Amino acid sequence: MSLTDTLVLDEDDDLGQVAQRRRTALWIGGLSAGLLVTVVLAVGIGAVGISPGTVGRIVGHHTLGSPDAITWTQAEDSIVWQVRLPRVLLGVVVGAALAVCGVALQAMVRNLLADPYLLGVTSGASTGAAAAILFGLGAGLGENALSASAFVGALAASAAVFVVARAGGRITSLRLLMAGVAVGYALYAATSFLIFASDSAEGARSVLFWLLGSLGLARWGLPLAIVVVVVTLTLAALLLWSRRLDALAIGDETARTLGVPPTRFRIQLLIVVSLCVGAVVAASGGIGFVGLVIPHVARRFVGAAHGRVVPVAALIGAIFLVWADVAARTVLEPRELPIGIITALVGAPFLLILVRRFHAAGA
Amino acid sequence: MIGADGVSFAYGDTLVLDGARVTAGPGRVVGLIGPNGSGKTTLLRTLYGALAPRAGLVTLDQTPVGELKPRDLARRLAVVVQEGSGELPLTVTETVLLGRTPHLSTFQRHDRSDYRIAAAALARVGARHLAGRVFAGLSGGEKQRVLIARALAQQADHLLLDEPTNHLDIRYQHEVLQLVSRLDVTTVVVLHDLNLAARYCDELVLLDGGRVAAAGTPDDVLRAEVLEPVYRIGVQRIDTGDGVQLLFRPLDSVPEGAPV
Repeated sequence: MSLTDTLVLDEDDDLGQVAQRRRTALWIGGLSAGLLVTVVLAVGIGAVGISPGTVGRIVGHHTLGSPDAITWTQAEDSIVWQVRLPRVLLGVVVGAALAVCGVALQAMVRNLLADPYLLGVTSGASTGAAAAILFGLGAGLGENALSASAFVGALAASAAVFVVARAGGRITSLRLLMAGVAVGYALYAATSFLIFASDSAEGARSVLFWLLGSLGLARWGLPLAIVVVVVTLTLAALLLWSRRLDALAIGDETARTLGVPPTRFRIQLLIVVSLCVGAVVAASGGIGFVGLVIPHVARRFVGAAHGRVVPVAALIGAIFLVWADVAARTVLEPRELPIGIITALVGAPFLLILVRRFHAAGA
Repeated sequence: MIGADGVSFAYGDTLVLDGARVTAGPGRVVGLIGPNGSGKTTLLRTLYGALAPRAGLVTLDQTPVGELKPRDLARRLAVVVQEGSGELPLTVTETVLLGRTPHLSTFQRHDRSDYRIAAAALARVGARHLAGRVFAGLSGGEKQRVLIARALAQQADHLLLDEPTNHLDIRYQHEVLQLVSRLDVTTVVVLHDLNLAARYCDELVLLDGGRVAAAGTPDDVLRAEVLEPVYRIGVQRIDTGDGVQLLFRPLDSVPEGAPV
C-alpha cells in the first residue's frame, strides 16, 4: 500500500505551476534582454562616448567577422575591444557569481544576512593580495602575481574555515558562521599587520583600492577565461541543486528525510562556492553588498524557490554590477572610484528598504 | 514493515537507548510513548537513519536502513518532523512539491504529474486552499497538515511522525491523527498524549530510560500498574464503550484508600 493509492488525482489541477513557469520564463527572458542592452550601452559609455551601433559593429567584426568594412577609427576599435568589453564581461560574470553565491550561502547557513564573504574568502584574498602588493609575493608570475596570490589566499582561508567548522565530523550552520567570522578576523589582523609593516604609503593605497574592488584589471587572457569557466560551472551546479537548496534552507532533518544528506551536500556547496568566490575575488577584489542584497531583490520578484531565484539573481547581479562599474569609472572622471564604494552606496539603502518591507509583511 | 531490534544509542557517554525494540507491520499504526527523555525521538531518528545505532539493527522490509541510499530510503519512508521552516518564504505548493525530490534525478524538473500529485496530496489533507500561502505564515495545525501532504507527495509506503500534535489545540490534535490513522500505511508516531495514543494507535511501545517497559495493544499497555511506575503519576483508567480513557493525578495528592 503506497501513500498515493489513497490520492485522487485531478488531471486539471497543476497548482498554478504551469502559469508560474511561464512568468519565470518571462522574467528570465526580459532580464536577459536587459543584460544585452546593458552590455552594449556600458561598453559605449566612458571618457570617449561610442554609439551602441558602432559598439555592435565592432563586436560583430571581431567575433563573427561581419561587417567586413571598417567604418570606425582605430582608437574606437581598441577602446571597445581591448579595454571596455573585457571589463564589462568581467562585470557580468562577477556580478552573477556574487549574487548566486550569496543565494547559496544564505540557504546553506539559513541566514538571510549571509554573503559570499562569510567563508573568510575575501579576508584570505586580501592577505594574499597585500603580500603580493607590499612584499612582491609571487613576483615570478608577472602580471598575474596579484590575482594568483589572492586566489591562493582565498582558498587557504576557505580551507581553514572548513577545517574549523568540521571539527566533530558534522558541519552545522552556526559552526560555519562562527568559523567564518573567526578566520576572517584573524586574516584581517594579518592584512593590517602587513600594511603596517611595509611602510609603503603607495602600497597601502593599492591594497585599500584592491580591497574595495575594481574591474580595472580585466583584459582578454587566461585569468578572464578561468573566471568565466568557473562561474559558468558554478551557475550550472547551483541550478541543478536548486531543489536541494530549498530542502537545506528549511532544515537539516527535512533535507535528510527527502534524501539529501545535509552534511555531504554542505561540503559540496562549500567547495563549489569557495572556488567560485575565490576566482572572482582574485579577479576583482572584494566587491561588497552584491551578494547580500541581490538575492533579496530576486526573491521579491520571483519568490523563494531556488529554481527561479538562482537564474534571476544571476541576471540582476550581472546588470547591477555592470552599471555600478559604469558609475565607478565615470562619476569622478578621469579618476576611477573603487566599485565597492558604489555597490555599498546603492546597496545599503536598498537593504534598509527591504528590511522595512520584511517588517511590513510580518516576516 | 519497519522495525528496530535491540537498538542502543548513546550521546557521548549517556546511553539514551538500551536494546530498544519496535516493529510496525504493514498498515499498522504504532505509537511510541514514554516520559520526557525516555528515548522516543531518538528511537524514531534511528528508524529513518538520521542516527546510526551503536548496537542492534534497523530494517525496512528486511533491508538494513543503513544500506539503503538516501534517495531510495526517502522513496520508501516519509517523515514528518518538528523543525522550524527556515527564513525563506517558500510557499505551501513549493513545500509540498519538495516531497517529489526523491523521485526526480538531479537533471529532472517537476512536471505536470508532480503538480497533480502535490495538488491531490493537499486536497487529501484538506489544505488545497492554502496552496498559494507562504508556509511560515500558517497556523500550527495548517503547517502540520501541509507537512503530512508533503509526506503523501513523497509516495512512500512508510510514515514516521514526531509528535505531530504538538502545539495544536484539541480539535486539530484529533483531526491530524484521524487523518494519519486513515491513511492505511505503515506508521510509527511519537506521542505525548496517552489518550490520543489510546484512540488512534493499533499498538503501543512504552519506553522508559531507553528501554521498552511495555509493548502491545493500547488495552495491554495503558494500565495503571504499567504506567504508574514509568510516569510516576497516579493513573485511573476508564473503559468507555469505544476505548480507553485515562485520568491522571500527582501521586502525593492521592488520598488514602482512593481507587487509583
